[in-house]
Amino acid sequence: MAPTLEISEPKAAADPMLPVPCRIRRVRNETADTFTWELQPADGPARFAFQPGQFNMLYVFGVGEVPISISGDPADTQSFRHTTRAVGVVTRAMRQLRAGDVLGVRGPFGSAWPIEAAAGRDVVIVAGGIGLAPLRPALCRLLAQRRRYGRIVLLYGARTPQDILFPHELERWRGKFDLEVQVTVDRSADTWRGNVGVVTTLIPCAPFEPANAVALVCGPEVMMRYTVRELQRRGIAADRIHVSMERNMKCAIGFCGHCQYGPAFICKDGPIFPFDRVESIFGKAEV
Amino acid sequence: MTTTTLEPIIREQPFFSGFEDKYLKLIVSCAKNVRFDEGDLVFREGDPANQFYLIREGMVAVHVMASQKGLVTVQTVGQGDILGWSWLFPPYRWHFDARTVRPTRALAFDGKCLRTKCEQDHGLGYEFLKRFTRIVVERLEATRLQLLDVYGAHS
Repeated sequence: MAPTLEISEPKAAADPMLPVPCRIRRVRNETADTFTWELQPADGPARFAFQPGQFNMLYVFGVGEVPISISGDPADTQSFRHTTRAVGVVTRAMRQLRAGDVLGVRGPFGSAWPIEAAAGRDVVIVAGGIGLAPLRPALCRLLAQRRRYGRIVLLYGARTPQDILFPHELERWRGKFDLEVQVTVDRSADTWRGNVGVVTTLIPCAPFEPANAVALVCGPEVMMRYTVRELQRRGIAADRIHVSMERNMKCAIGFCGHCQYGPAFICKDGPIFPFDRVESIFGKAEV
Repeated sequence: MTTTTLEPIIREQPFFSGFEDKYLKLIVSCAKNVRFDEGDLVFREGDPANQFYLIREGMVAVHVMASQKGLVTVQTVGQGDILGWSWLFPPYRWHFDARTVRPTRALAFDGKCLRTKCEQDHGLGYEFLKRFTRIVVERLEATRLQLLDVYGAHS
């Protein structure tokens, strides 16, 4: 019998500490150091359900395990995707794996972007760098139910034009009449004809109604800090700004305490938090 | 003629909201429409800074010449943005180059005239200083974020 990865809540897993062997179906290089895997259970296709914003623990045998957000379309239940940047020991080992290789997967874990709660509102997505990957499933879900939402705005900042994630998809999204996509880079060569400047500079003129908007923010913590400040300056309330937090996660089910963040565990209570819940500790070096 | 045409446009810009009517009329009298083709130089580093611009359409890149890296774009400004603050602060010379990335329409404001008016009426001067100081602070924050290289491999 093929293994079943159908888990809508972390508690539903038979044994959340037991990795399911999964095979890499496809590898796609996104940028110089970032790649996307398409995965399936090694025993054959199995239905895989997740909520946008959740993550899996990926275990490279003999090397280690890392939490990686799911970057695929939640409507695709036959396979699932992870977009990873090779920056550490495990992720560099991941980079060496090829289609057909097997690794262990636990999950999905964690909280989700508030897609349902955003119905009837404008949705502002602000992503920085690889932070676009955990937001891609949210955008896929929003676009699949487009009529339920007001304006949808994607503001994306990358380091250089060469570091822009999912460029073809961004071009396709930008071609839609019912989606506003703005991209900026921190630095550029002469050939780049788009925006230059940090992603926060896109917020003041972005077309959304602050009193009726929900914001989804993912990127490096310092980028999120300035982004939240700018979103609040535009008038979005703290409880309608959602941030994706990152800490050193190990067990992913709130046992080990590695990812404790004030009174919460990132793995179990996060990674997605309404900003008003973390506001008092957000950006504090001691936490 | 110019005044009646540009006043409604200037009034609806968030940058000018809160100016008293007497000041707005004065500002309007110092404004004119300008157009630039793609690749046009708007101003050059070191030249006298006697204008500022409100971009109505298009995009302008702010460059700095770095000897090792050549011409580096440090910022772009687009629709609704203000370009140029050097007109308000001595020595009234541009600190960067600015060149259009796309065909651009803008309102150009006579900074030399406005500077004189600000000296004569400090109420006007304070209103301008509040607004331009905020722009300078925002750009300082943005520059610091750029310097942090937040998307770099070691961030």
